[in-house]
Amino acid sequence: MSILDKFPIRDQKDTRSGFGEALLELGKSNPKVVGLTADLTGSLQMGAFAKAFPDRFFQVGIAEANMMGMAAGLTIGGYIPFTGTFANFSTGRVYDQIRQSIAYSGKNVKICASHAGLTLGEDGATHQILEDIGMMRMLPGMTVVVPADFEQTKQATLAIAQHQGPVYLRFGRPKWPVFIPESVPFELGKIQRLVEGSDITLAACGHMVWKSLEAAEVLRERGIAAEVLNVHTIKPFDEEGLLRSLEKTGAVVSVEEHNRYGGLGEAIAQTLAIRKPCPQEFVAVQDTFGESGKPADLLKKYGLDVPQIVAAAETAVRRKA
Amino acid sequence: MESYTQTDLERLVTQIRRDIVRMVHACSSGHPGGSLGCTELLATLYFKHMKTKAPVFDMDGIGEDLFFLSNGHISPVWYSVLARKGYFEESELATFRQINSRLQGHPATAEHLPGIRIASGSLGQGLSAAIGAAQAKKLNQDPQLVFCLMGDGELQEGQVWEAAMYAAAKKINNLVAVVDWNGQQIDGSTEEVCDPGDLEAKWKAFGWEVLVLENGNSVPDVDKTLSTAKSLTGKEKPVVILMKTEMGHGVDFMMGSHAWHGKAPNDEQLASALEQNPETLGDY
Repeated sequence: MSILDKFPIRDQKDTRSGFGEALLELGKSNPKVVGLTADLTGSLQMGAFAKAFPDRFFQVGIAEANMMGMAAGLTIGGYIPFTGTFANFSTGRVYDQIRQSIAYSGKNVKICASHAGLTLGEDGATHQILEDIGMMRMLPGMTVVVPADFEQTKQATLAIAQHQGPVYLRFGRPKWPVFIPESVPFELGKIQRLVEGSDITLAACGHMVWKSLEAAEVLRERGIAAEVLNVHTIKPFDEEGLLRSLEKTGAVVSVEEHNRYGGLGEAIAQTLAIRKPCPQEFVAVQDTFGESGKPADLLKKYGLDVPQIVAAAETAVRRKA
Repeated sequence: MESYTQTDLERLVTQIRRDIVRMVHACSSGHPGGSLGCTELLATLYFKHMKTKAPVFDMDGIGEDLFFLSNGHISPVWYSVLARKGYFEESELATFRQINSRLQGHPATAEHLPGIRIASGSLGQGLSAAIGAAQAKKLNQDPQLVFCLMGDGELQEGQVWEAAMYAAAKKINNLVAVVDWNGQQIDGSTEEVCDPGDLEAKWKAFGWEVLVLENGNSVPDVDKTLSTAKSLTGKEKPVVILMKTEMGHGVDFMMGSHAWHGKAPNDEQLASALEQNPETLGDY
């Protein structure tokens, strides 16, 4: 039986729509939830919330720095602000505002970022941020969440509303398989083990979780049993969840739609260096900017597709010897 | 609260000036110039105009007027006012800028110093936070006001104008911003460094109600202008006070020069500064 048979694709949906649906739900269930956007209501799928709760929705205009400061201010008075813009404008453009007014000030702001990574596609490198996970991971007290599909983005959005403290929630633009079985529980800060295996661990986040499942199937056909982990919470990092897997497999491939520096791969490498030295291969963008193109073509060109994951896994397995 | 007379406030101002120069002298660092220039404003605001629950502090400040210090480097004046208001012991002023202190070089919340609601120091961010807090007050149907102080050099930061545009567009009418218009910044006069031009026209063009306070180092003038500003809230526009002050006011050798923006006095200079500002309410 194919590994993929256990993960039937229920639909093809963009993860940002999961955010939008959950925000609407939160609006109904929690009167303290407010939304802010910098002229990207539609792109962030915040329109339903804006329409249902116009008093709790703040259209800030193209002024992300002001938006982050306002979000910090709204917490003073007890509100839970969810800011929505593209990942680039949610992080790099406003790093100092997040650092001082939100993270250092310990404000309960949820920074919700769409169009992250190469799969933004045609808009090109100006908008395809590949450094955001690193920037947000470096901020003391910041929780970093990168859900894998539409349903999980909904779950994550609901979960971060319950968490006290600043959060960076990263999701994307393209339609993507909705595949994580409803029976698999989602818990902030806990790795999800999707496939059990004993030869190699594939630890992925975001869109790359589906690619890793596809790679696991190819590896199975080649006689390599891959364990697939969905590391949806990159900070705080679930070291024990990773180590449980590595006790069996003894090698890992990190898979992320991000630069090889600063992201999931580094979080894993730090854990390995201290707790369990063993081979690791990095499937990530190799310290370059992206470019315009179709998401699928970009993933292929920049080394984030199934063949590269398979090759990295085979290399890691060889290095165990 | 309203029982503070002009004389009371002026005595308080003199004592705060003593606190400021002693604090920066003790740690040989900090920013006395802007602190001394804004002493009348902060004393009058906290002791006559703002409704607070001092000495009780809670972050949300429901039912209270809120103050945001965007130009966080003038923390000495704010810390002195907060201590004198009873938020913490005056003796704690002696820990300013020392290791393990709650009185950080620039205001912060991480050490939980009562009276401070957000970190500031990296310039240009305070007005945005104040607008957010003002929006929260509207949502909470809380009629109290939000005050925000900025430096005039700080207006070179683009975020200030993002916030200014927003506040006017969205009719944030429960907000009073104050610009410390001392014409000085680290590298020289604001005119030399990057001339801000016609500030009054700029704020008006951004859609604000503009009040010009010609002497921000006069307690009665500050008092009167704050009353006027408060009377203008609740209407169509946010209110800004362009408050002309003298950097280093009250200490003759510091006055009117950018040289004392971020420099501490030596022992003799401290003695001279204290002589010019005799003890009125007891040193910390």
